[in-house]
Amino acid sequence: MGLSDSADTRLSQEGAATVAADDPAMAADDRSGVLVAPLQTIMNWARGHSMWPMTFGTACCAIEMMTVGSPRYDTDRFGIFFRNSPRQADCMIVAGTISLKMAPRMKLLYEQMAEPKYVIAMGACAISGGPFMHGYNVVNGVDQIMPVDIYIPGCPPRPEALINGLLTLMKRNAAGELSAAQRYRLETEGHL
Amino acid sequence: MIALKTLLGVVVIAIVVLVNTIVVMWCERKWLGHMQSRQGPLRTGWHGALQPFADAIKLLGKEDIVPANVDRPLFLIAPIIAFIPSLLTYAAMPWIESFVGASLDVGIFMVFAITAIFPVSMLFAGWSSFNKYSLIGGFRAAAQQVSYEVPMAVAIAGVVMLAESMRISDIVNAQHGLYYIILQPCAAILFFIAMLAEINRTPFDMPESESELVGGINTEYSSMRFALFFVAEYINVFTWSLIFSLLFLGGWNGPLFGGWDGPLGMVWLLLKTYAVIFMVFWVRATLPRVRIDQLTALGWRILLPFALASVFITAIGVFTNNFVLIVLEVIATAALVWLIARIGERAGEARRSEASARRCSDGSAIIPDPGSSPGSASGTSHTEVGA
Repeated sequence: MGLSDSADTRLSQEGAATVAADDPAMAADDRSGVLVAPLQTIMNWARGHSMWPMTFGTACCAIEMMTVGSPRYDTDRFGIFFRNSPRQADCMIVAGTISLKMAPRMKLLYEQMAEPKYVIAMGACAISGGPFMHGYNVVNGVDQIMPVDIYIPGCPPRPEALINGLLTLMKRNAAGELSAAQRYRLETEGHL
Repeated sequence: MIALKTLLGVVVIAIVVLVNTIVVMWCERKWLGHMQSRQGPLRTGWHGALQPFADAIKLLGKEDIVPANVDRPLFLIAPIIAFIPSLLTYAAMPWIESFVGASLDVGIFMVFAITAIFPVSMLFAGWSSFNKYSLIGGFRAAAQQVSYEVPMAVAIAGVVMLAESMRISDIVNAQHGLYYIILQPCAAILFFIAMLAEINRTPFDMPESESELVGGINTEYSSMRFALFFVAEYINVFTWSLIFSLLFLGGWNGPLFGGWDGPLGMVWLLLKTYAVIFMVFWVRATLPRVRIDQLTALGWRILLPFALASVFITAIGVFTNNFVLIVLEVIATAALVWLIARIGERAGEARRSEASARRCSDGSAIIPDPGSSPGSASGTSHTEVGA
């Protein structure tokens, strides 16, 4: 599985970075009816208060990611709870450099996750390839492989920055905004 | 009319159990947080009290994945088989003398029989998932729960002999003034250890050993099906803690309003139950996971002989008097505690000598030799971090 296969899932950074908040038709999800609307409210509240990232790290940013779960930063306060199996995880924190060999495995893990799923690109390497950008085996940004919801700059970002990124994602969920994957599907296939 | 009353009773008991289950989930995250010098959930409701609801509703809204190649019927039915028996136990479980589903003559036997279905669901889940980690988890669950049911049943036998009844409310009423944890300390400790294995809590959380088996039997389950396993597990924590407080801690008896057949009796019972649950989480925060061979060795070679000895001692006590019973039981308890402590000590010595054997001749650096020690007790009680 080469990277050329995933060219169709290529998503521009600008596309992922703009939030769908200014587009009410997208945010409201046109299925909302008498019964669905309160359900959607409850669901948004739940998604805004519970976020289980997958225990998955590829490089040195993962050290900061682990620190986030430690007593000092304690993400459990916000309902952020690391879960091992991709089937039960909500979001994937891509913490570190993605080599060409790792990329298909990471995509496989992403595809094993259950919808709605989110991707956080943590650190310079996951955003753009970072200091290893010109390496012969380095993916220049994880958004070349899968749709990214949140970019966290830094090399590596501080734990506070990662917490801020996760909280931003949860706030978006609470506001009922679509994930990057959902927006991508809506743009390309016309449905969620 | 009777059918309506029964239906109402079922609904009330199910609600009481599920509310308590949610409280147990919240307690675990808060207590575990504070034990690990964290704070636990804070932002969802009052001190994170709504966190279990947020998690459950979020899981409900997730995609329900049935992976390719799974054994479809078993895969779909396994979470239901886990969930239903865990609620079904409460059919025979008294809360107070008058608030009980069915006060059966063989109450404790029936509860025990229903809980024996739980490992079957785990075996189903492990087998059907088409995943090596799930399968290992399922086999571990079967091995663990079958081997720990034996000492547990024998430990209960002593209680039944003293109360001369298997009806749970009779057992509780027989403890008026003198709880069985005083008459049966050895059986109580055995029951508590076996209980930890039955409800898959650390140090015996073999079916879901997160640091070695990804998610164990849960690995392939997403959405609602995972939530059912999750809830069933916490219902079981509550169930077994309730059974412990009914059998050994005097149930609804208490120094104040003791044995009163009213809400205060239930308050006593719940206080005792939550004390036991606190112990369970305390153990979880303290001890690392044991290996599967250590687990089965403990079950068959230590717990079972001591459980049989406890029954023998109880038989002597029934024919003589309570004083003889207490003295003999305390001696047995001391022996049990000494033996378990000795095992831990010897494991530590073995680890230390192994480590020193791996040192260089100058005694400084340690040569990494992963082959020589197949998994010295690994795992950590802090399950949230890792990569």
